[in-house]
Amino acid sequence: MSSGAIVVESHPADTLLRAERLPHILCPGCGIGSVVHTYVDAIAASGIPQDKHVCVSGIGCSGRAAGYVNVDSYHTTHGRSIPFALGIATYRPELHVTVISGDGDLTAIGGNHFIHAARRSVALLVLCINNFNYGMTGGQAGPTTPLSAMSRTTPHGCWERPFNLPFLAQAVGASYVARWTVLHVRQLRAALIHAMNKEGFRFIEILSPCPTGFGRPNDIGDGISEMQNYLRRCVVDNGIDLRQTDIDLTQQDSPIYVGDFVDVDRPSFRPQVVQHAH
Amino acid sequence: MTPATAPAIDEHPRVISGDHFMLGDHACAEGALAAGLDFYGGYPITPSTEIMEHLAERLPAVGGTFVQMEDEIASVAAIIGASVAGARVMTATSGPGFSLMMENIGLAAIMEVPIVIVDVQRASPSTGLPTSVGQSDLLQVRWGSHGDYSVIVYCPSSPQECFDLTIAAFNAADQYRVPSFVLMDEIVGHMTERVVVPPQEKIQRVYRKRPSVPPGSPEFLPFKADEDLVPPMAHAGEGYKVHMTGLTHDERGYPSLTAQTHEKLINRIVDKVRLNADRIVRYELINTEDAEIVVVALGCTARSARRAVARARMKGIRAGMLRPITMWPFPQTVLKELAGNGVVKRFVVPEINLGQLCREVHRHTALPVTRLNHPGGAMITPDQILEALEA
Repeated sequence: MSSGAIVVESHPADTLLRAERLPHILCPGCGIGSVVHTYVDAIAASGIPQDKHVCVSGIGCSGRAAGYVNVDSYHTTHGRSIPFALGIATYRPELHVTVISGDGDLTAIGGNHFIHAARRSVALLVLCINNFNYGMTGGQAGPTTPLSAMSRTTPHGCWERPFNLPFLAQAVGASYVARWTVLHVRQLRAALIHAMNKEGFRFIEILSPCPTGFGRPNDIGDGISEMQNYLRRCVVDNGIDLRQTDIDLTQQDSPIYVGDFVDVDRPSFRPQVVQHAH
Repeated sequence: MTPATAPAIDEHPRVISGDHFMLGDHACAEGALAAGLDFYGGYPITPSTEIMEHLAERLPAVGGTFVQMEDEIASVAAIIGASVAGARVMTATSGPGFSLMMENIGLAAIMEVPIVIVDVQRASPSTGLPTSVGQSDLLQVRWGSHGDYSVIVYCPSSPQECFDLTIAAFNAADQYRVPSFVLMDEIVGHMTERVVVPPQEKIQRVYRKRPSVPPGSPEFLPFKADEDLVPPMAHAGEGYKVHMTGLTHDERGYPSLTAQTHEKLINRIVDKVRLNADRIVRYELINTEDAEIVVVALGCTARSARRAVARARMKGIRAGMLRPITMWPFPQTVLKELAGNGVVKRFVVPEINLGQLCREVHRHTALPVTRLNHPGGAMITPDQILEALEA
């Protein structure tokens, strides 16, 4: 350990994190740790007993989140966190199930499950940590990689139009849609607490730096530089038409809209109960 | 009718005790209900659809949860999720859907989550002959997901066995914390025959072991196995704060990405079935006491073989039959005993594929094995098997 490090015996989040599993495997400058911390902070403030929270994740860097939170947690297969979570949430409706995964996991390989869970209004809170690339495998393009961005599988620049995830989530039936970045910890915490106490399919996109996989090939510099980029470009607009929330990283001055975009009442999917016909 | 004057008859009983004239697929669904099915997640596919349709009607009426998923990948993911939350779970499918399920079968195997999957086999590969019989998933059901793991597979050859063996599959899945399978075929699934459903109290249910210590006990390790190599299972929401992962994990359930941890974990999840195989294996022997030729057949093909053996006997041919009821673990001990008893001279293996069951028979005997194959779409007839016995 380098000189000057502060060693503490305990941390306020010790009972919320699996402290024995720390330090985590994530790169310096990565935003996933901030999301995990904000999530467990929201659990503590949610008014819902810790034992009634369940965390499910898929595969990838963000998929590792479930391994660090001290609730019943399930690290499933690539793209399948949502249907796995559906099984828990539908069979045990008193549990509060949160899916934490990445943009590739949730919207490429898991895209079909995403739209159908939202359509059904399954009682899930889905956190999509969007770092614009497949980080775990070393920085390949995914369905959120911005036009012209460089990656290991778009060495000449990404030529596919990316998803606008808040627009997608609203279109397929989410009762709550928000987008924040890992810089917006207070807003994200408030969004999480609010969403944990709502019914239906709730979706929060969290923009996160990935200095290793995305920042480096796109000359963004380190994680701090990517965060400064967010700070400079983010515009809070809760009422914006979600057709306008595409993220265009080629236009250096174009805004990145963030906010609590959608908040409607939509009852959670419940399995049919057939009354006995006595 | 008001509740006060209603007769004391449950119009939606979970177990419909009595004699029935029942479709094989429906018998499977009724077996699942009798076994305590709580959660069904599935996707329609011929020739298994009648199982799903029957449960869509029946399961909600007995307080269970029925969900039609968006595909077979999601079906298996959903039932694993419901199972970790404490449910008895099932899905049903056929070849193309079964192929899609392979990914999460591996997850259930390494997470040790009890699930039951019914595969009503049709002529394959790919879309093949969707409405016609096949028996070509015998090896996929054992080896289909990547890696080494263990499964328990029952092969009914009648609607009665569709009922009985579905119950057995639920019990085996829970007892050993493995994916277990009811490997039917289109003929058996679409056959209507007498099915006797016993009184509810005669139906044995085996449930997964549960932790013997309260939540928060430091000695509770979610993947620490007992002497039977099976760990007790804590469910979501009980306070144990388990972590389950498809990564190689230690007894705490935490990822431990070393060759040593992998060796310990994978050997255990294979051994818990392998070392208990004698307890799990089921088979039927017909006329094997003095048999010189033994037919090895399962599912609908065993029905033709039964007839062929009877007719061969009338002709003075000393024929018998070994019918594996569990395809996996394979009844290799009894096969080796037959092969080594000095009386049996050869085996005949009819099957509706181009040679899957006979591979397993070959592995356990040096005696000649006569193959009788059809790739699917038609049953192998008693005449064809008799011809092979006479050859």
